[in-house]
Amino acid sequence: MTATTSTAPALEARDLHVTYPARRGRGPARAVDGVNLTVGAGEIVALIGESGCGKSTLARALVGLVRPTAGEVRYQGTTLRYSSKALKQFRRHTQLVLQDPGGALNPKQNVFDAVAEGPRLHGLRAGLGERVHDALSRAGLRPPEQFIARYPHELSGGQQQRVVIAGALALDPSVIVADEPVASLDASVRGEILRLILDLRESLSLSALVVSHDLGLAWNIADRVAVMYLGRIVEQGTVEDVLLHPQHPYTQALISVLPGTDVDPVLLRGEPPDPTAIPAGCRFHPRCQRFAALDEADERRALCTGRNLPVLPADEPGVACHLVDHSADPADPADHPELSALGDAMTSRRADNS
Amino acid sequence: MSLLEVRDLNVTYGADVRAVRGVDFALDAGQTLGMAGESGSGKSTVALSLLRLLPATATITGEVLLGGEDVLTMGWGRLRAVRWAEASIVFQGAMSALNPVRTIGEQIREPILLHEKVGIRAARERSAELLDAVGVPSRRMAAYPHELSGGQRQRVMIAMALACRPDLIIADEPTTALDVIVQAQILKLITDLVHEAKISMIMISHDLSVLADTCDRLAVMYAGRIVEIGDSRQLIEAPRHPYTKALSSAFPKIGDPASRLAPSGLPGDPPDPSAIGAGCPFAPRCPEVFDACSTREVELWPAGPPDSARESACLRVLPEFSEVPA
Repeated sequence: MTATTSTAPALEARDLHVTYPARRGRGPARAVDGVNLTVGAGEIVALIGESGCGKSTLARALVGLVRPTAGEVRYQGTTLRYSSKALKQFRRHTQLVLQDPGGALNPKQNVFDAVAEGPRLHGLRAGLGERVHDALSRAGLRPPEQFIARYPHELSGGQQQRVVIAGALALDPSVIVADEPVASLDASVRGEILRLILDLRESLSLSALVVSHDLGLAWNIADRVAVMYLGRIVEQGTVEDVLLHPQHPYTQALISVLPGTDVDPVLLRGEPPDPTAIPAGCRFHPRCQRFAALDEADERRALCTGRNLPVLPADEPGVACHLVDHSADPADPADHPELSALGDAMTSRRADNS
Repeated sequence: MSLLEVRDLNVTYGADVRAVRGVDFALDAGQTLGMAGESGSGKSTVALSLLRLLPATATITGEVLLGGEDVLTMGWGRLRAVRWAEASIVFQGAMSALNPVRTIGEQIREPILLHEKVGIRAARERSAELLDAVGVPSRRMAAYPHELSGGQRQRVMIAMALACRPDLIIADEPTTALDVIVQAQILKLITDLVHEAKISMIMISHDLSVLADTCDRLAVMYAGRIVEIGDSRQLIEAPRHPYTKALSSAFPKIGDPASRLAPSGLPGDPPDPSAIGAGCPFAPRCPEVFDACSTREVELWPAGPPDSARESACLRVLPEFSEVPA
């Protein structure tokens, strides 16, 4: 197992829970239901999941916009406090980049004011012009003079997203959390924005958590990937491990339905279920192809339907599945000692249980 | 004879926004064609003009021959008969395309009752069959759109499109707002239904890889024109237009070392449709541009083996330019 690096991670979620209150006769929604996640210094982590899985809530909790019901957010090893002064301080270092730049920008504000808003709120009035120019050119809007007087409607979608990113960069953050940064952009512009995130890591050693539904994005820019399902991370590890040798049936299904893949698509039944009614046992079992393939008499069925899975630790690769299977790829355990160790742990627990 | 033949289609919005600038293509019965392109490329305008669904500010010229009849010149009565019964459309965003205050059963029955001489009972039976066929339990016929999930609503849209057994279905970004797994379910449903009933289909999307998986042939649009057309597999595996190359590498294949930590995009933005200059409209963003690109007009030239019907609008497919360094 890899030990945690000596320097504290840039951003960290520890056993984080966010529960939205019950409404209209439904139970409370456990949007984030126990998540450990770290973004190391200079690291790019992709958080992947379908809509409703809680990934945006997790992103918002990580930048302090949503207060967790339980657990904590840590920034460089220090627990985030929710006094307005502490939050303001924290937000200089951690910036959120929203999806749909068209909606994130105020149509009545020109580019200069949009980018200067953050520094002004933080009282950074000295050298404001320079700061804004700097941020714009780092976001790839060069020369900045050409853009500062323009309004959002005079910019293309890609340029708007760059303005949003410049607004985040204007405070010299050390971490950005980007929620679907390219989902609303055209295909040819998408690559340019992703390259910008990679370049910023290179030039400013910026850490990033990129939230997306798109596994291709993880392959394009991330070092590590965490796959989220119904409020929990169900699998995480390096991009190569998770995307090329997925262990969790949900990750396997997500990868199998990508266009252009050679494997037979696994079409999961149903749609992402409801965080107000999380199934008992493994929360994925009602849709799980591996569970469905189990023999009626198989004693492991009781595990899937009845035994809750532990929350995965943040600092090592992991798979939250009772049926995680290592026999399928005999070469695999040698390449991934950490996974086989986890598998052994799972197997021994399985034996205990039966 | 082709089921659908589009000849020199031009669409201009207002006075000078030339959204579609001379598009020709044909579609045989039972064939599927994917149209790819970015926003503003004119792909949705082409789709809507096939059934004359464009707003009044649009000026359309050219011919759209559906079963030999020109949709652009036919009378309103005939056009109403053609819509739904001969060609139907699956819109993107099923929430806004469905009527929120009427049940899905009523909405599926409506085209059947209008277009076919059947009674309410037969129409109700047919709509139940259709719902079952698209994977929405027919007992949900009395449900309103908001009671369904996004995937189910898109399934209802597909049931409506199939209601009058059309020869052609136009699917405009049918899966854009959906999650990956639901997207895969819907795409499989559309392809299965279309193949079973031997219906022709035009599917519009910004995602080349989705189209390549679902359609026999592909057309790539840029700045109001088709810049490359041909067999899906060939077009993806060996693109002959630099824009097609850029578009296909924008959706990385997981496991491909070339795209690992190396996203691929194009500098610049698509041209403003009201200000397209001389020469190839893609030249300002093209990684393989050379002198002649900015002056010489481009058109679709044959770009593959003689009977492959493969065409590309890049000067480089012409023998005299094939060797020019970029």
